[in-house]
Amino acid sequence: MKRYNRIGFYLILLIASVFYLLPIYVLVMTSLKPYAEANLTGMWRLPSTPSLESFLRAFDQLKPYFRNSFYLTIPATLLSSLLGSINGYVLSKWRFRGANVLFPLLLFGMFIPYQSILIPLVQVLQKVNALANAIGVPKTLQALVPGYGSIAGLAFVHIVYGIPITTLIFRNYYATIPNELVEAAKIDGANIFKIYRWVILPLSLPAFAVVMIWQFTSIWNEFLFAVIITQNPAIRPVTVALYNLAGSYIVEWNVQMAGALLTAMPTLLVYIFLGRFFMRGLLAGALKG
Amino acid sequence: MSYKTRVWFLLSVVVVGALLLSACAGPTPTPTTPPPPPAKPTEAPTPVPPTETPVAEKKQLEIFSWWTTGGEAAGLLKLFELYNQKFPDVEIINATVAGGAGFEAKPALKARMLGGDPPDSFQVHMGHELIDTWVTTGYMEPLDDLYKQEGWDKVFPPGVLEIVSYDGHYWSVPVNIHRSNVLWYNKKVFEANGWKPPETFDEFFALAEEMKAKGITPLALGDVGIWASTHLFEVVLAGTMGAEKYKGLWTGETDWNGPEVRQALETMAKMLEYVNPDHSALSWDQANDLVIQGKAGMTIMGDWVDADNLAKGFTDSGWAPPPGTKGIFIALSDTFGLPKGAPHREQVIEWLRLVGSKQGQEAFNPLKGSICARSDCDPNLFGPYLQSAMQDWAKDTIVPSLAHGAAASESWVTMINDVMTAFVADRDVAKAQAGLAQACKDAGVCK
Amino acid sequence: MRRLSWDYIFAFLLLLPSILAIAIFVYGFIAWTGWVSLSNWDGLRPDLSWAGFANYAKLFANARFQIDIRNTVVFTVLFLGACIIIGLGLAIVLDRGIRGENFFRSLFLFPMAISFIVTGVTWRWLLAPGDPSTGRLTGINVLLEAIGLPTSTWYTDPKILYIQPTSGLGQLLHQSGLGFLTTPNFGIPVAMISVIIAATWQMSGYVMAMYLAGLRSIPDELREAARVDGASEWEVYRYIIFPLLRPVTLSVIIILGHISLKIFDLVAAMSKKGPGFATDVPAYFMFETTFQGDHYSQGASIAIFLLVTVSLLVVPYLLYSSRREVEI
Repeated sequence: MKRYNRIGFYLILLIASVFYLLPIYVLVMTSLKPYAEANLTGMWRLPSTPSLESFLRAFDQLKPYFRNSFYLTIPATLLSSLLGSINGYVLSKWRFRGANVLFPLLLFGMFIPYQSILIPLVQVLQKVNALANAIGVPKTLQALVPGYGSIAGLAFVHIVYGIPITTLIFRNYYATIPNELVEAAKIDGANIFKIYRWVILPLSLPAFAVVMIWQFTSIWNEFLFAVIITQNPAIRPVTVALYNLAGSYIVEWNVQMAGALLTAMPTLLVYIFLGRFFMRGLLAGALKG
Repeated sequence: MSYKTRVWFLLSVVVVGALLLSACAGPTPTPTTPPPPPAKPTEAPTPVPPTETPVAEKKQLEIFSWWTTGGEAAGLLKLFELYNQKFPDVEIINATVAGGAGFEAKPALKARMLGGDPPDSFQVHMGHELIDTWVTTGYMEPLDDLYKQEGWDKVFPPGVLEIVSYDGHYWSVPVNIHRSNVLWYNKKVFEANGWKPPETFDEFFALAEEMKAKGITPLALGDVGIWASTHLFEVVLAGTMGAEKYKGLWTGETDWNGPEVRQALETMAKMLEYVNPDHSALSWDQANDLVIQGKAGMTIMGDWVDADNLAKGFTDSGWAPPPGTKGIFIALSDTFGLPKGAPHREQVIEWLRLVGSKQGQEAFNPLKGSICARSDCDPNLFGPYLQSAMQDWAKDTIVPSLAHGAAASESWVTMINDVMTAFVADRDVAKAQAGLAQACKDAGVCK
Repeated sequence: MRRLSWDYIFAFLLLLPSILAIAIFVYGFIAWTGWVSLSNWDGLRPDLSWAGFANYAKLFANARFQIDIRNTVVFTVLFLGACIIIGLGLAIVLDRGIRGENFFRSLFLFPMAISFIVTGVTWRWLLAPGDPSTGRLTGINVLLEAIGLPTSTWYTDPKILYIQPTSGLGQLLHQSGLGFLTTPNFGIPVAMISVIIAATWQMSGYVMAMYLAGLRSIPDELREAARVDGASEWEVYRYIIFPLLRPVTLSVIIILGHISLKIFDLVAAMSKKGPGFATDVPAYFMFETTFQGDHYSQGASIAIFLLVTVSLLVVPYLLYSSRREVEI
């Protein structure tokens, strides 16, 4: 390749890097400043006396909510990936007549603006609570009732509205697995479950990586459902708690920015450590639209 | 092939059936006559049904507010502390949803109230925000007995009693009072230039020209989310037409198509010529930063600016009533009420008793940076600004704030905010006035 | 034959929970919202009496809503355009065997991991313009001035860029009966560009990753063969690579398109409705009018409108892809 081309490429990458890093610079620098220094005009200035106090304060305030977010995100991610995998498997390898009608109907669910279902959603989740109370769910199992105002309820909502995207990615991925493999297993007498367990699942790792990263990130970062469904402060996920760091009349930018960085940390770590996997998974999953 | 057809047929029957069922079932569960039956408390430690082992039910009290940081949160926690001194066995759940002026909290509250899951008590601005949203719709219990027991009809000023009552009943307990019409300035800058805070709009514009000539932004405004512009407009309205006509705007007695409103809009348009051009990027406290740094001359904002100044260590702050509003106190207040179906009614009544008490208000307000709604608090507990506000509170004409829910229903305020959003950008007086008149009609107040 | 039929029954049973969930939580709830949009429910008290299409008539006559439609179109087109150009450009560069590829790739991708709320707040700070007339600049304007570039008032700018009726093109349009194109209703609100920058910052890395994966899946033999046939580097891209990337572009448009049409968090955190509604979008209007103004039926009608617009984008794609798959 020609040399000036190469220099040009690096120049493009350099400019792009500055673009992507600018907000991070501001986030970090503001976090290191005391309240009095955290203002608009001095944004680019380095903190006069950098301190981690904002981080400590932010972490102190957010600690219980991080736990909530993990309780919410991990089960929801696992379950919705599993569900997506099964759906994708059936829709790609056991296609009954009409599956091609069903699938678009399913997919449509990921495009809806969620505002349009919020009020019925809250009402239905409350019905679930009422039902659970009527049945008399034992106390030990109460945390698992997917009702209004509970982590389980929020997780349930994320799983339901995650069905389309997870199904899409898995189905597209499974479409790349040759049907001959499935046919051969059928001839060997394997049933639908055995084929899934022994043929499909071992090949699914990249798709699981994509779907789990996708779901983990979007559930962790989600705000609208979280703020509506988890009214009880004890069970709020961290995004809502982060929002609460911003006071009603006084905004402590330094603490808020520190909290923002902390909140972003888990999803960022997932990216850093699973980035390669993410790329490989994307290659398999997202291409055959 | 036939088995496939069968499966598919079955499948489509189920899907269509489910669709029809859910479509039909959807509307029926909505209660047509509120309040909906209270759902069982859904918080994590749900009480065990009484038939089982007789575990003593833990007493709880859930207080919903948008006080999450700074002095507001400190004040709220102080109230909790006082409450627990009296009732140590009650576990208080601090349900806060942050966001400027309740932007996030109010929708969350509505979702809960409509869903039949009310908190035990919630923060709400006194006046129409409470009355039109919750009282006329039948979600609240009147508090007449409590007012009588505590003698509150004597310690709260008549202006406040008027605003918290509807249909001859009292509906909430005001914990504090904020003033919306305050002009804040930097004393050092004013002294250095020999300036005086303007008392009339003419003086204001003359001063603004001087400031502009010196390269100082005359009026700092931070109206991200637009409410600060509506806030400025309410101050201009009151300053232009006086207290009585201003009050008449909210009852339909003052004509929105009249000359006073037009004049107020024209004045407002002129003022907007003197504000920082980045106003829609800033929040009110960032606008206050401009005054603190001497980059802007004045800002017109509620008296929570005082708490902001204290937090930022700014001691050269000066204050005065904005042009034309001397003797007028545009008030807003945070109040707590008793929703029907509150899960822990007994504990709430004690909470309201505390919130309205002298002890409660004297503990809360110095931290929050507001004055007591009661007229008998000890001024020595308060800083210099708040002391001056207490004096004005005692002698001024009290009128309700528009931007903060006291004067008009939220639905009306939303419409006025929309008019302001367009007006701040295009400054088209005629269009804005028509929009305001229409909003009054849509709100059902004007004919 | 027996075996097979049992398997299909199991297949159906495996799908059943998802089918039911979607039928109720998507279609059932939409029907419920649709009902509300045709009712008189204005205020907290639910009132489901029939109002016909009055709410829709009112909505389309609403000046704010008309602005919102324009804003959505502007946002969607420019956001998708910027993401595709930047994403594809960076992917092509990274595909050329750049040293430190992993580092750059991770760097461009990480904003995807951040919530729109954080993005919005941060960019609100970055693009806060300050006051150029008094020389008090803030945010990125400070940097722009330092390197001698013009500053902007970013998302505080109420200006709308549109074809002026007096310009040459404007007069031409007037003569050909297209005069309506020369109004602000067919313009670009300057403030919206700031929101687009923030959204692009967040999503373009994701697009880059998708294109990069697409590029990697194209066998080198194809390019080599084209080069051997004497094709220039540009022709290789034009005739070999870009056509093969078309499915990726389609995925990008669908994924970003639905995010953009219902964008809410970012606007709420960054500029809200903006000066003169310059950054207002239907989702935000819906939120305000429903949950703050208590105009439930109007809010529901906006939600249904949003659904319809999304459908106009998505349904053809869904139909196309499902039909194509029947052939496979």
